[in-house]
Amino acid sequence: MKRLLPRLLANYGMAIVLVLLCVYYSIATYSVQEPRGEASAAPLAAKLRRELPAGGNVLIVARTGEDDVRFAEALDARLRAARFSIAAKVLGDPRDARQALQRLAAEEKPLAAIATTPECAAWPVFEDLATKYPALKDVRVVQPESYRWPTFLNKDNLLNVANQIAVVAILAIGMTLVIVTAGIDLSVGSLIALSAVVLALFIRNHGGVDASNATLWAACCLGIGACGLVGVFSGLMVTVFRIPSFIATLAVMQVASGLAFILAKGGSIYEVPDRLTWLGRGTGMGGMPNAVVLMLALYCAAHVVMSRTVLGRRIYAVGGNPEAARLSGVRVGGVLVLVYGLSGALAGLGGVVLASQLKSGSPTYGVSYELYVIAAVVVGGASLGGGEGRIFGTLIGALIIGVIQNGMNLTGVESYTQKVVLGFVILGAVLLDMLKRRDWRVLFHALRPRPVAGPDAKGAA
Amino acid sequence: MTPPLLELHGIQKSFPGVRALRCADLELQAGEVHALMGENGAGKSTLIKILAGAQQPDAGTIRIDGSGCDIRTPQDSLRLGIAVIHQEFQLIPAMNARENIFLGREQSRFGFERRRQEQAAVEELFERLDARIDPETPCRELSVAQQQIVEIAKALSQKARILIMDEPTAALPTHDVAKLLDVVRELRAQGLGIIYVSHRLDEVFAVADRATVMRDGEHIATHAVRDLTRERLIELMVGRKLEAEFPKRSSAIGEERLVTRGLNRGNSVRDVSFALRRGEVLGLTGLVGAGRTEVARLLFGADRRDSGSIVLDGRQLEIRSPRDAIRAGICLLTEDRKQQGLVLGLPVLDNFGLPNLRRFSRAGFIRETAERSAFGGYVRRLQIKAANPEQLARNLSGGNQQKVVLAKWLEANAEIVIIDEPTRGIDVGAKVEIYHLINTLAAAGKAVLMISSELPEVLGMSDRILVMREGRIAGEIEDTAHATQEGIMQLATR
Repeated sequence: MKRLLPRLLANYGMAIVLVLLCVYYSIATYSVQEPRGEASAAPLAAKLRRELPAGGNVLIVARTGEDDVRFAEALDARLRAARFSIAAKVLGDPRDARQALQRLAAEEKPLAAIATTPECAAWPVFEDLATKYPALKDVRVVQPESYRWPTFLNKDNLLNVANQIAVVAILAIGMTLVIVTAGIDLSVGSLIALSAVVLALFIRNHGGVDASNATLWAACCLGIGACGLVGVFSGLMVTVFRIPSFIATLAVMQVASGLAFILAKGGSIYEVPDRLTWLGRGTGMGGMPNAVVLMLALYCAAHVVMSRTVLGRRIYAVGGNPEAARLSGVRVGGVLVLVYGLSGALAGLGGVVLASQLKSGSPTYGVSYELYVIAAVVVGGASLGGGEGRIFGTLIGALIIGVIQNGMNLTGVESYTQKVVLGFVILGAVLLDMLKRRDWRVLFHALRPRPVAGPDAKGAA
Repeated sequence: MTPPLLELHGIQKSFPGVRALRCADLELQAGEVHALMGENGAGKSTLIKILAGAQQPDAGTIRIDGSGCDIRTPQDSLRLGIAVIHQEFQLIPAMNARENIFLGREQSRFGFERRRQEQAAVEELFERLDARIDPETPCRELSVAQQQIVEIAKALSQKARILIMDEPTAALPTHDVAKLLDVVRELRAQGLGIIYVSHRLDEVFAVADRATVMRDGEHIATHAVRDLTRERLIELMVGRKLEAEFPKRSSAIGEERLVTRGLNRGNSVRDVSFALRRGEVLGLTGLVGAGRTEVARLLFGADRRDSGSIVLDGRQLEIRSPRDAIRAGICLLTEDRKQQGLVLGLPVLDNFGLPNLRRFSRAGFIRETAERSAFGGYVRRLQIKAANPEQLARNLSGGNQQKVVLAKWLEANAEIVIIDEPTRGIDVGAKVEIYHLINTLAAAGKAVLMISSELPEVLGMSDRILVMREGRIAGEIEDTAHATQEGIMQLATR
C-alpha cells in the first residue's frame, strides 16, 4: 500500500492534478444556470406538451438578441411539430408584447399559454393578465426552468478552454521534442507572428478578400514552410557552430519578430476572406472546434512518432546521452536540425491557427507565447535536462494551464493575480516532478550543506 | 615523542555492490612526503575523498596531531588544514589567480574587496613557491603547470598543513615535472605533510620519504622508500594470484584482420601500428593516460586521426565517424559505460536497439516484436539479468550493463570488438562471465582488442600484449604464458 501512492503519482501525477483542478472549479462555479438559446427550447416544448396534452394556441415572446431569436425559432418548430398552433411570435420589447396581447385579446381567440424566456417572463406586462385582459384569464406563462450546474462544466465552456489552448498546445508539441533533446526554443512566439504575417500577406497579394481556396492552402503552407526553415536555421546554429540553443533561439526570436514587422510594415493585415476562419472558429463533427480536432490529431501523431518510430527513439537517445548516441552511430546533428525544424514548422502552424481565429495577420501575435509553451511542457513532466518527457504529458500540462486560466476567469480572479498563481503552478509542477522521482531529499537540500564531489566518481561505481 | 600529523586507522567504506575500503591505514609526519601507491581501484581515490570531506567513512578513526576528528564536509576538511590538489583543477577559468586563491575568503572591508591586501598576500605565496605568475591574468590563459601552482598557492593560503596531491604530474609536460618536484621538496622543508599519489615510480623514488601500498581497499605495507626497489614496490602493488579467475580458451588464431599503420593524433597517439588476427584477444595496456583509450577512439572514428591507415580484411577503411566504423563492423565497448556506452534514462531494450534500428524498422516505424525477440535471444545467451526489457539501463548492475552493450554490438554484426576496461566496476563473479563471453567471441572468429589496466586480466586473457607509454607502443609481449606483471610495468613506466 505504501508503494501505491508514489507509483500513482509517478505515472498519473499531473493527470490527477488536472482532474482535481476540474473538480475544484466545478464546485467553485456550481450555480443557478439560466438556460438560453436553442438548447432551452426542447425542455420548454416538452413541458408544454406535459401541461397541455390537448395542444392549443401559444404565444412566443422573446427579445431580439441572437440567443433569443434562436430560442424562438427552435421553439416555434418544436411546438408546431407537437401540433400546437402558434398564435404569434413576438421578438421585441415589452411594448411589442403588450400590443400582441391586446390584439389577441381583441380577437378573442383562446390562448393556452405564453412561452417565453426567464428575462421576458419578469416583464410587468405579464402580471395580472386576468385583470388586464379578461379574455386571457386562463393563460399561463411558461419559461425554461433554471437548474443548478457548474458553469465550468458547460459544454460551451469546456470547448472554449480547448479552443483557447489549441495554439499553445500545438507549439508545445515541437517544444517537447526540443526539450527532450536537452535544448530549448525561444523563437516559437515570434514564429507565430512571422507565419501569420506571411500568410496574410500572401493572401492579400493574391486576391485579398476574394482569394480562392487554393490560395488559402498555399498561404498556409507558405507560413508553415517559412517557419520550418527558420527552425532548421536555428538547428544548424546549434549543431554546426555549437551555439547553446538558448542563445541561438533567443537571437532567432529577435530576427523572426523583426522580419514579421518589416513584412507587415508594422501594421495588421485584414484583407483576408471570411472563409479563412474555418480552421480557427469553425466547428466540425459533434460541435468540436476544428482547431481542437487538429490539435488532438497532432498529439496522436506526435505520440506515435515519439513512441513507435526510429526518429522518436533517436530523439530520446540524443537527449539522454548525446555521446552514447553518437558512439552508437546516431547522426546527432541531423536529429537536432530536424527537431528544431519541426518545432519551427509547428510554430508556423500555430500562427496559421491564430491568424484564422483572429481573421488577420499581425506582427504583434504570439508575444511571450514561448513562456506559456515552455511552462506547458515543464508542467507536463519533461525534464529540461533532456531525455525525458511524454507527448501526452505536455497535453495535460497545456490543459492544466488552460483550466487554471479559465477557472480563474470564471471565479473572477483578476488578471494580475492570475499571473502570480500561474507562476506558482510552474514551481509546484517542478517540485511534484522531483517528488515523482522519489527524491524527497530535494526538499531538504536547502537545509543541508551539500557535499562537494571529487573530480572523478570512480569510487561510486 | 610528538604524535604524527595525520593518522588514519581501519578506515572502511562501502558503496552499493562494492567495498572500496576494507581496512585502510596511513600515517603522515610533518615534513614528510608520503607516497600512496596502488593499482587503479585499490581505494586511493576513495581515501582521498574521505580526507577531503566529500565522503564519510563507514568505520575507522582519523587523528590529526593525535586528537580524533570528524570530517563531515569539505569545510571541516579545510578547517583541519587539509587541502587536496585534484587531477582536474578546481579553478574558475575566467577569474585570475588572485581571485581564485581568495575565492570564498575574499579580503574585504564593508563589502568592498581589499585588492591591495590580497595582492600582497598572493605575492608572498608565489615567492614561497618561487613562481613567476601574473596574479591578474585569467587562469584560462595560464599553462597547466602555472595553474597547478595557483592551486597549491590556494591551498597554502588556506593555511593547509596536509597537502594531498592526486597524480600531480599526470597532466604536466615532462619539462615541468622536475620543477614541480622542487616545489614539493620546498613545501616539505617548510614543514608540510604531503600525501603524494602517483603511478610514476621515478617520481616516487625521487621525492618521497615513505610509501604506503594499498590493494583491494586494504593497507598492504608501509616502507621507507630508501629500503625499497622498483621491483619490490611493483610486487607489493600487483601481488596477487588470480590465474584461476581466467577461463582457458582454445581458439585457432588465423589471418590478420585489422591492420593499422602509423596512427597519429596530437600527443596522445604517436605512430601506432599493429595487427589484430582472427580469433585473437590482443591485450593493450599501459598506465592511465598512455593513450590506450585514444587508440580505440581513433579506430572507432569517435575522434579524427591526424594520419595513419586502417585496413580491415585487406580493405582500406575510410572511418570518419562512429557510423562508418559500425558499418565496417567495428564496435567499441567504452571504458565509461555510464557516460558513453548507454543512455541510462532509457529502457535496456531501447539501448539494445539504438545501433540496430535500421534492421528493426520498416518505413520508419519500429518493429518492436522483432526487436524484442532478438533481445530475448541475447538475454538467454548472455544471461542478462534484467527484470524486463523496459527496465531502465540505469538500474542494472555493472556486469549486466556491460552485457547489454555487448548484445547491441553483437546484433550489429561487429567483427572487430574493442573492449575498453571490460571489467571496470564489475564484481568478481560477473567478471568471469565477461571473460567467458570474450572467449566466445574469439572462438567465433571475431578479433578482440582488449584494453585494460588490470595486469592480471591482461596476462590471463590475452594471446598477445601491447604495452603503451606516452602515446607510443613501448613493447609487445608474444609469450604471454611466461610474461610477468613486473615485465609489463617495466615497459610501461620506464
